[in-house]
Amino acid sequence: MFDTGLSLNDIWFMLKGAGVTLAITFFAVTGGTVMGLAFGVLRSHVSPWATLPLVFVLDIFRSVPLLIQLILANAFQAIAGLQISPFTTSCIVLALYTSAYCTEIVRGAIDAVPPVTRRAARSLGLTWGQDMTQIVFPMALRVGLPSWIGLTLGVMKDSALVLWLGIIELLRASQIIVTRLQEPMLILMIAGAIYFAISFPIARLGGHLERKWQEND
Amino acid sequence: MFEYTFQWRQAFRALPQMLEGALVTMQISLLSMALGVALAILLAVGRNSKSIWLRAPATAWVEVARNTPALFQIYMAHFGLGSFGIYLSPFVALLAGITFNNAGYLCETFRGALRAIPETQVRAGRSLGMGPIKAFRLIVLPQMFRIAFLPTMNQMVWAILMTSLGVTVGMNTDLTGVTQALNARTFRTFELFALAGVVYYCIAKAVMLGARLLAWRLFRY
Repeated sequence: MFDTGLSLNDIWFMLKGAGVTLAITFFAVTGGTVMGLAFGVLRSHVSPWATLPLVFVLDIFRSVPLLIQLILANAFQAIAGLQISPFTTSCIVLALYTSAYCTEIVRGAIDAVPPVTRRAARSLGLTWGQDMTQIVFPMALRVGLPSWIGLTLGVMKDSALVLWLGIIELLRASQIIVTRLQEPMLILMIAGAIYFAISFPIARLGGHLERKWQEND
Repeated sequence: MFEYTFQWRQAFRALPQMLEGALVTMQISLLSMALGVALAILLAVGRNSKSIWLRAPATAWVEVARNTPALFQIYMAHFGLGSFGIYLSPFVALLAGITFNNAGYLCETFRGALRAIPETQVRAGRSLGMGPIKAFRLIVLPQMFRIAFLPTMNQMVWAILMTSLGVTVGMNTDLTGVTQALNARTFRTFELFALAGVVYYCIAKAVMLGARLLAWRLFRY
């Protein structure tokens, strides 16, 4: 265990993999949140029957394994001859996957704002836009942000699956080193520690916010 | 664009094999849930205990399970344990990884549910002459399961979806594994995996529907 073949270069290789993981997470969560906000606002304002197709499609993203979604998307882009790189494909799939969950968070958060509060705002002469940005948004943020942080971390962890498309992210990078050095436990422990180091502080922050904001309600 | 003829017939011909794979998928997820629930109860009790010797390992388990990818946990069981000369088959490694993950998530669900049960109920049970274990089993557990029922069923769906990761450690008998094996033979990737996706969707919906019906039947009063 102590005379290991692991060199600083290998650690650097893994950290670069972690960079890819973070990049995919960033694009996926940004895209997914924008879509989730739009869909969530739509769902909480339009009658449930009108958004039924949207709900059905988003539900598919939550009921089919992510690995299969990635394989399907990659096969589809090859069939359609779109010439999209696996990296972009994974970002798009993960963004849609994120949006499916984000829509529910946004809708739940908007629905948690009491209708009387919003009616009061409108009767004070605020427009719909002002009501949304100045009344609903700050109140809904408190409800939704902890779950959104949880979702972001979930996507970060799920992004490990893109290794199936041949992207060298953190887990694939460690697997490559394992194949060379044959010291799986040590290398996987380091990979796990990197994941943990990214995830744990943010998870704690989410838990802290949740507790702190509940006190004021 | 689209200079490709879809060969759905080939995929449908493979459907019986895939459904057999779906049975293995269900088997793994049910086993991992049963083990996960049992472990999660122990972990929840451990995390709530006053002794640091019980609390520390339970907390470590839960935090690692919740803060690392499920795929990493399966890799750890399959490749990582090889360092100690323990070589698990893909089936056992997948089961171990998912069980580890389930236990971590369910522990937090159960802990939340335990917090909702008033302390006085246990005390009432104890003063009726029940031992601590009997009081926990007869008074706390049924209420805990009732509160945590739907989140637990959500975790069940998660477990089913997670079994698809087995293919990355060479599992070839579950739904994704069978599909991948067929794919390697026929290269009809899109058709085969689309069908597998439909099967997963149906299983997930059936489990959720069953859970709703069961909840309605069990918790009517």
